[in-house]
Amino acid sequence: MASWPDSSQSDTSKPSAERQRRLAAVRPRLLAFARLQLRDASEADDVVQEALITAVEKNARFEGKSGYETWVFGILKNKILDALRAQKRHGKWQPWSDDGVEAAIEQQFQSSGRWTDVARPSSWGDPENTLFSERFWQVFDSCMIALPDNIAKIFTMRELMGLSTHQICEEAGIKENNCWVILHRGRLLLRACLEKGWLSEANK
Amino acid sequence: MRMVMCREATRLMSKNLDAPLGFQERMSLKFHLAMCGACRKCNQQFQLIHDAGKAFEEKASSPPFDTNDQTT
Repeated sequence: MASWPDSSQSDTSKPSAERQRRLAAVRPRLLAFARLQLRDASEADDVVQEALITAVEKNARFEGKSGYETWVFGILKNKILDALRAQKRHGKWQPWSDDGVEAAIEQQFQSSGRWTDVARPSSWGDPENTLFSERFWQVFDSCMIALPDNIAKIFTMRELMGLSTHQICEEAGIKENNCWVILHRGRLLLRACLEKGWLSEANK
Repeated sequence: MRMVMCREATRLMSKNLDAPLGFQERMSLKFHLAMCGACRKCNQQFQLIHDAGKAFEEKASSPPFDTNDQTT
């Protein structure tokens, strides 16, 4: 072993105690992210595990251009994409069924196209404060879980993973127009759910 | 310019977060938002939801200087 020319690098290839501590600290947050995206707890566990292993193995490649946690998140996102592709290859993506989504959206609008009284948006208060509120994130989490699988998958690829609709079409094998329709539905459903949860919590 | 109702306006505000709108679409949306307070709120909330995805990751990838991270 000692005769390998690059053996001197082995010192830097192992994460420092500080980095190991930070990996352990970020793990629950990686899990929360992966669960929202993959919607399967054991699959989420697996990708997070793989991402952590990769972070350890490629430790020397971290160049400090971004924060360490951000770098680890980047690794996780790639693992999630791989997992989504595998899900798709194995036919685990639900066929595009409606699941009462159309009916739920019909309830938000009158036949004239105006909002119905129950669905008309109310104010959520200052957006800055909203995003800093722990309660908002709890509501966000439960509303994400309540989204139908198909919609959630596309929605999280766009809003959590930050993929363009063009990239999503390629991954999901759908037309871009279809992608916009799904995202529109997702946003309407999520908005309604957030408003219900957020305002009812706020009025407690 | 084509007049749009709330439902169509929400479609345009959603699309606006994913792709550039055409001139007609942009005008229709602008005009509708100028008249409709409920859709202005909806537009803000779609934007907030859009920002929430990014904020979720930023929040999650902030370094653990303090375990109960309340830094501003």
